[in-house]
Amino acid sequence: METRSGTIRRMARYFPAICLLVLLGCAKDYPQTTLLPRGDFARLVDSLFRTTVFWATIVFVLVEGALVYAILKFRGRPDDPEPRQTHGSTALEIGWTIVPALILAIIAVPTVKTIFKTSDYATGDVVTVEVLGHQWWWEFRYPGLGVVTANELHVPVGKTVNLRMTTADVIHSFWVPQFAGKRDVMPGRHNPLWFKAEVTGVFSGQCAEFCGIQHARMGFRVISQSPEEFQAWADSQKVGSPLVNKGVVPVDSTVPADTAARAAKVGRDSLMKAGLALFNAGGCIGCHSMVGTAMAGTTALRGPNLTHVGSRTTIVAGMLENTEDNIRKWLSNPDSVKKGTLMVLPRKLTDAEIATLVAYLRAHK
Amino acid sequence: MATSVIDRSPATHAPENTGIWSWITTVDHKRIGILYGATAFLFFLIGGLEALFMRIQLMKPDNTFVSAATFNSLFTMHGTTMIFLGVMPLSAMFFNYFIPLQIGARDVAFPRLNAFSYWVFLLGGLFINFSWLINAAPNAGWFGYANLTERTYSPGLNTDFWVLGLQILGIASMAAAINFFVTIVNLRAPGMKMLRMPMFVWMSFITQILLLLAFPVITIALVFLMMDRHFGTHFFIPEGGGDPILWQHLFWIFGHPEVYILILPAFGIVSEVLPVFSRKPLFGYTAMVFSGAFIAFLGFGVWSHHMFATGMGPFADSFFALSTMLIAVPTGVKIFNWIGTLWGGSLQMKTPLYFALGMIAMFIIGGLSGVMHSSPPADLQQTDTYFVVAHFHYVLFGGSIFGLTAGAYYWFPKMFGRMLSEKIGKLHFWLMFIGFNVTFFPMHFLGLNGMPRRVYTYPAGLNFEFWNRIQTYGSLLLGVSFLVFIYNLWQASRKPADAPADPWKGATLEWLIPSPPQEFNFADVPPVNSSMPAWDLRRAGGGQLPEPPRVSGAGIHMPRPSYWPVVAAFGVLGVIGSVLFTEAFPHWYFITLGGAAVLFYGVYRWAFEPAF
Repeated sequence: METRSGTIRRMARYFPAICLLVLLGCAKDYPQTTLLPRGDFARLVDSLFRTTVFWATIVFVLVEGALVYAILKFRGRPDDPEPRQTHGSTALEIGWTIVPALILAIIAVPTVKTIFKTSDYATGDVVTVEVLGHQWWWEFRYPGLGVVTANELHVPVGKTVNLRMTTADVIHSFWVPQFAGKRDVMPGRHNPLWFKAEVTGVFSGQCAEFCGIQHARMGFRVISQSPEEFQAWADSQKVGSPLVNKGVVPVDSTVPADTAARAAKVGRDSLMKAGLALFNAGGCIGCHSMVGTAMAGTTALRGPNLTHVGSRTTIVAGMLENTEDNIRKWLSNPDSVKKGTLMVLPRKLTDAEIATLVAYLRAHK
Repeated sequence: MATSVIDRSPATHAPENTGIWSWITTVDHKRIGILYGATAFLFFLIGGLEALFMRIQLMKPDNTFVSAATFNSLFTMHGTTMIFLGVMPLSAMFFNYFIPLQIGARDVAFPRLNAFSYWVFLLGGLFINFSWLINAAPNAGWFGYANLTERTYSPGLNTDFWVLGLQILGIASMAAAINFFVTIVNLRAPGMKMLRMPMFVWMSFITQILLLLAFPVITIALVFLMMDRHFGTHFFIPEGGGDPILWQHLFWIFGHPEVYILILPAFGIVSEVLPVFSRKPLFGYTAMVFSGAFIAFLGFGVWSHHMFATGMGPFADSFFALSTMLIAVPTGVKIFNWIGTLWGGSLQMKTPLYFALGMIAMFIIGGLSGVMHSSPPADLQQTDTYFVVAHFHYVLFGGSIFGLTAGAYYWFPKMFGRMLSEKIGKLHFWLMFIGFNVTFFPMHFLGLNGMPRRVYTYPAGLNFEFWNRIQTYGSLLLGVSFLVFIYNLWQASRKPADAPADPWKGATLEWLIPSPPQEFNFADVPPVNSSMPAWDLRRAGGGQLPEPPRVSGAGIHMPRPSYWPVVAAFGVLGVIGSVLFTEAFPHWYFITLGGAAVLFYGVYRWAFEPAF
């Protein structure tokens, strides 16, 4: 008897911790989990959440326990005598008003502290990224680095990234659970968010505010890299960026001496020429910025900047891996891949045209 | 006075008029209550089917059971239906049927206005669901965030059906709220002071005040949105100087009190059921009244906790965090008093008590997850995920639906003179309780592990499929539980109507008259000296109450049937529904004027029709 109640008491004491462990145990298989923070912002949120879960679990056990106890203990039969007719107790009323208020105060203090830490931009040595939500993809601009990209946010590990966020159309919500809580991108204003990645790797993010038919397919990735890798990436993305020299790059008119290299360059040049012609004639130019085109220096377009599309790991807002087959599939009929997409082809492309465009796009590393 | 000439001799068995026309023209609050209940239950089943379709779609990753567009309509209509066409009118069924009975009145204050409310509600519900038939069901979510709901991003009639449908339903709600408010203030039996009213009447009274104060706000917001969409204004269009965040503020100033509009009637029902089946009075009656009032008051000061992710700044976030946490205190007081009511009682384990206890157990979970996202930084991880979906289903299904079902089992004998089967009722309870938890508890895990709400599908790589599959099985079990409920209703309807006036030893006035009550309710209003007048009489009778006879009641003046409320309701439909046609017909406003003419003629005839 003694030992049994002792065990129960010990179990009760550890119950909140056990609950958290169960939650965490499950979390590691979920790439978008909020429970395994890998950034400082998410860590602040997580510690606050653990505080509330701890108290909520205690309250849950006590109150549900009291309820179940009452149900089991006070069962009566129809012919039982009338129970004692109590009408209430002022002392109890005061007690169960004050105790929950105190528990809430325990949660309220760190809450307000964390609110003030997380509401504004970070200061100091930061990388600034302009985030622009679109139906249904994400645009990332690095004004300091002269980079414009889409759906893959590259960040240097260990350095705070400041996000200055707005939208080109409706409200979306930017969310990479392992790095930070979500924040809406609102038309006509800029919202702040920041985080510092603690580890390198690829992290999953997604729009979290319903934004129209393809809200579900508005994913993105955050790629956290070593400072050197990040710098190398930024340097390569800068070439032909709309933010640098209006996207104009010097034409490489050298002729390699080596025959094989010369043949390769001729092939490459003709591919680029054919691709560019299709890019213009096929109407891509209407929505996409691209190096070498008249729109190379333009940013206010509906579709992603494709200048370095070949360097991305995914296409269609994280929906498809960036492979030849997938680009072909997408260009054959965007609406069948992603119903309602705003990408419309002025006319159906032939297989040969698609093949040319696929090669052309993939060549833009 | 009229009371002196009432005929109290036994009723002769003249069959009551039950033809279809008698239902269309009825102004009897009990019949209108049944109409509300039947209609709302049908809409509730439609909303449930919509949910099942969503669950099947989400059963596996990249599923194509329904299209993206259909899914978006399904979740929009599921939310809209359950809130405006399911839970609110199911509460209205109980308001209609039981407020007059519990306060000892013959009818509501304005019987024909009551009929008008019902018919407007019915037409509004049909209007908004008609959109399915022409493939234009609303698809922008039940809170219709601008600027997504503006013409540019939501062309087509989908959002118009939603805006105009809610406007029609709002008129029904406002008219009903005025009616019940006046009824409760003016028509209480002699001796029933405010602090002797049954708790269901109290919570209903507070609900009417919430309706009266909250619905004008959504009305204005919907007018703005309608103006933007049809008449070239830009209240919510940033390019024109408007601001979409204004919509969110207006919507949630309505939307949060709306949550209490959905839950307080269930609180009231549970507060009726617990004392009767514990055989002891409600613990802390006064505390229950004031905590309810305090919840309602605070309910107007917490709306922006739906908007923590919009970047309101630290001061607004802190204010709304603290006010939201504060609201947990009176809510806790209610739960503790319910447990106090059970404590030391003699629990009669009947089906209504099962559902009431289930409601408390589930509402505690919903309340605790609510406290978790009252903390704005934590909410930044939880809002717009399945964690929130879990939370509000624990509150609105675990709370409201379980509470309303408790009310259905509790009051069914009074309404129809027949007992529901206890055996089937308990089977219903366990299926619903298990199905509910299997469906909604895993949503906590999915939300915390990154699944956003309102997604028509998810990729396999995010590992959401396991819990989604379990949830789908749970939802099918929930569906089965409602089939069991329907079976219970059906088998009861085949039994003779022989339920006693007071099968549960109830505490309130409705148990002192025959089941079902006669049209005039009370031949003589019994004395009220406490909040439990039936128990007072039972004690005075040595623990027994005589079965009340059906009396003739000749000489009691009851309001006459009228079809003018129906005519006026069609006028409302014409006025508001006409805005659908702004694109289709250049002279669409003739429909508006036609509707207005019908409305005015209906109201005019109704005003000058003799009341008795």
